[in-house]
Amino acid sequence: MNKLHLYILVVVLAITGLGLFFYKAFFLNFPLAPRTTVQVWNVEARVSFVAEGNPVKASMFIPGNTRRYAIVDEHFISSGYGLVATTEETNRRVTWSIRKAAGKQNLYYQAVVRPVRAPAPKGEAESPELEVPKFKGPGEEAVKSLVEDIKAKSADTPTTVAELIKRLNNPNPDDNVRILLGPKPSLFRKVDQAARILRYAGIPVRVVQGVRLQPEKYDFSKKTPLLHWLEVYHNKQWVSFDPLRGKSPVPSDWLRWWQGSQSLVQLEGASKLNVVLSISPKLEEGVTAAVQRGEISKPLLLKFSLFSLPVNTQAVYRVMLLVPVGAFILVILRNIVGIRTFGTFMPVLIALSFRETGLLSGIVLFSLLTGIGLGIRFYLERLKLLVVPRMAAVLIVVVGLMAIFSIVMNTLGIHRGLSVALFPMVIMTMTIERMSILWEERGSSEALIAGAGSLVTAALAFLVMNIKHVEHLVFVFPELLLVLLAAILLLGRYSGYRLLDLHRFKALAKEQT
Amino acid sequence: MIFALARKLKKKGVLAINKRNADFVLKYNPRRLYPLVDDKLLTKRLAQENGIGVPELYAVVEVEGQVRHLPDALEGHPDFVVKPAHGSGGEGILVIAGRMHDKFRKSDGLIINYDELNHHIFNILSGLYSLGGQPDRAIIEYRVEFDPIFEAISYLGVPDVRIIVFLGVPVMSMVRLPTRMSDGKANLHQGALGAGIDIANGKTLSAVWGNEIVSEHPDTGRSVNGVAIPHWDDLLGLAARCYDLTGLGYQGVDIVLDRNKGPLILELNARPGLNIQIANNSGLLPRLELVEQHHADLTSIGRRIEFAKNHFAAA
Repeated sequence: MNKLHLYILVVVLAITGLGLFFYKAFFLNFPLAPRTTVQVWNVEARVSFVAEGNPVKASMFIPGNTRRYAIVDEHFISSGYGLVATTEETNRRVTWSIRKAAGKQNLYYQAVVRPVRAPAPKGEAESPELEVPKFKGPGEEAVKSLVEDIKAKSADTPTTVAELIKRLNNPNPDDNVRILLGPKPSLFRKVDQAARILRYAGIPVRVVQGVRLQPEKYDFSKKTPLLHWLEVYHNKQWVSFDPLRGKSPVPSDWLRWWQGSQSLVQLEGASKLNVVLSISPKLEEGVTAAVQRGEISKPLLLKFSLFSLPVNTQAVYRVMLLVPVGAFILVILRNIVGIRTFGTFMPVLIALSFRETGLLSGIVLFSLLTGIGLGIRFYLERLKLLVVPRMAAVLIVVVGLMAIFSIVMNTLGIHRGLSVALFPMVIMTMTIERMSILWEERGSSEALIAGAGSLVTAALAFLVMNIKHVEHLVFVFPELLLVLLAAILLLGRYSGYRLLDLHRFKALAKEQT
Repeated sequence: MIFALARKLKKKGVLAINKRNADFVLKYNPRRLYPLVDDKLLTKRLAQENGIGVPELYAVVEVEGQVRHLPDALEGHPDFVVKPAHGSGGEGILVIAGRMHDKFRKSDGLIINYDELNHHIFNILSGLYSLGGQPDRAIIEYRVEFDPIFEAISYLGVPDVRIIVFLGVPVMSMVRLPTRMSDGKANLHQGALGAGIDIANGKTLSAVWGNEIVSEHPDTGRSVNGVAIPHWDDLLGLAARCYDLTGLGYQGVDIVLDRNKGPLILELNARPGLNIQIANNSGLLPRLELVEQHHADLTSIGRRIEFAKNHFAAA
């Protein structure tokens, strides 16, 4: 009954832990291995202008989430300015305003752009209203004959758009095109005119402006050029067209920023507007990206995860979640192997401090500290002090020794010594005390065996806790602790021989044969 | 190799720590009964109430200030033993064999003064030797004069007889003989010699020293085999009664044989050690399982002892 209860508990814990683990790993795509990086982009827009002591209002389009990209971590740097962010139809816009400003002003918008995979929209229900533009003078005739010409050479909307783009980009344009575009047209001019021509031809179309997300490192001080392209309403969907090659859709690294022919920034009350966009790629740890991806589709689960904590608290839990792993190693070493240690969890704490000092120097420092501490403890023994004051005295000596180690090693240029301060000093004091008692009561060999046992256990626990994969797994999948708990519960019912029992009772086995 | 060894031990019925804890200590020793054996003062009073012989109590020191009254309490007792009430594994026991004026002679011949005696008592009070470092009390009691039978096979200290009692049945026994290495102490892990005792007739069997089987005392060179323990039936009866005394199903009873006062209970142990199996060259498990099977019939102390003598005689 009792055992059955335990087994049921173990199975429930293991299934819960593993179930959550598999769900997160294979459905939410949490990375199983550390250091899977994801490409993201830092996007920055700098708006600078010169104000002359009048009220200033600057409004700028800002990018929104698209099917391919998510905008996260947005920051607005604008000291003294009032800030309003609005969403209007398909555009997002931020408006900075101030009652009085003078001199050169800099306003910044910063964001991180992450690739996402959102499902394609199911087609736009409402058909856009078509406003037929008016062309003046010779333009009227030119557009009429151009549209007729194109329509004659195409079958449907996409081919019409492609044909028009081909015409507009022809290095030797015909007269109609030349009249419509004017001399040396910019890309924006071409796109804008293409939109007007298509509207004239009865095709709903809109101008989209954006930037290209470069894959290579880009100089942040340089200006990223704006891109313009067309979106044509076709089969109840907006279809994008590359205005240079006439192809659909536009390349996937084009980030849509806003829609319409308006310029990026509208400024009132100031002059000498200058807008600089810069885009820089960076690699981000896979976990964070996975969480951000998850946040878009599954907000509830992640609200209660470790990732919802501030980053420095997360760092604490990265270490704390390793303690159960160390405890598990300790259980194995003590109950399956039979190694004796000082204090139950002392080796785990020592192993944690090895993470800071490194294994080899950690062992050397630990041995030195314990050795010197023992010497001083034996000296204090001769003074016949009461126990608690004596331990306090040893504690002070341990702290002092740590400080001296750090100073000496820093002077010698060995920086490992600095982290010696991370040894849990109270635990060190207790270890020294217990070791010296064991030394007196049962002799030096017993004390050294138990000391060595503690050190070996600490080293093994450290080696396991230091595996990057282990750290990654327990932090990203803390539910694995349930599995660990199940294993420890099972070990709690292990009643077989310990490895060292075999050595201990060896004499009994010999007699038998 | 390892598995072959494990199989052999299993065949012999060797009980190891994990199984002892999981299947016997945790199962048969309810936690609430532990204070009865962990606190030697409580054990002593319990035994006295039930007419079981224990070493006479001279004084108890509970707080530091009480050491002032020690000289009065120790008046007329040239030798005595100081021990922690919650000590384990023989730690913190100080044996005073004699005194001259205001100085004390320890059993190993070293002389200490009152200050050093007090320091030892203070260490005991602050919990240095107690389980878990809890503040403790110091017991000062009669120093046993052991039976002359042990003189040839013991060095300095007091030999004691350890009997494992399971559900009131003495299942295995050994006598622990101090050596020079154990500093006169009777604890096996400190280097004392353990000689198995035939439950049926009280004669010693082979002996274990460390993890090895030996037949002579390392210091005196005398054979430790075949020595008949005097008052053996009394010892068995005393051990069996301890089950009714404490209610602990699985316990180790430590008995000393005093030259004048006969068998005295020294202490009881809720987690007795396992080296007794090496001393007896025999595993505990088959015996424990046999007792488990017949437990229902073994209602009286007489029956339990008879059962033990019938079933646990040395082969």
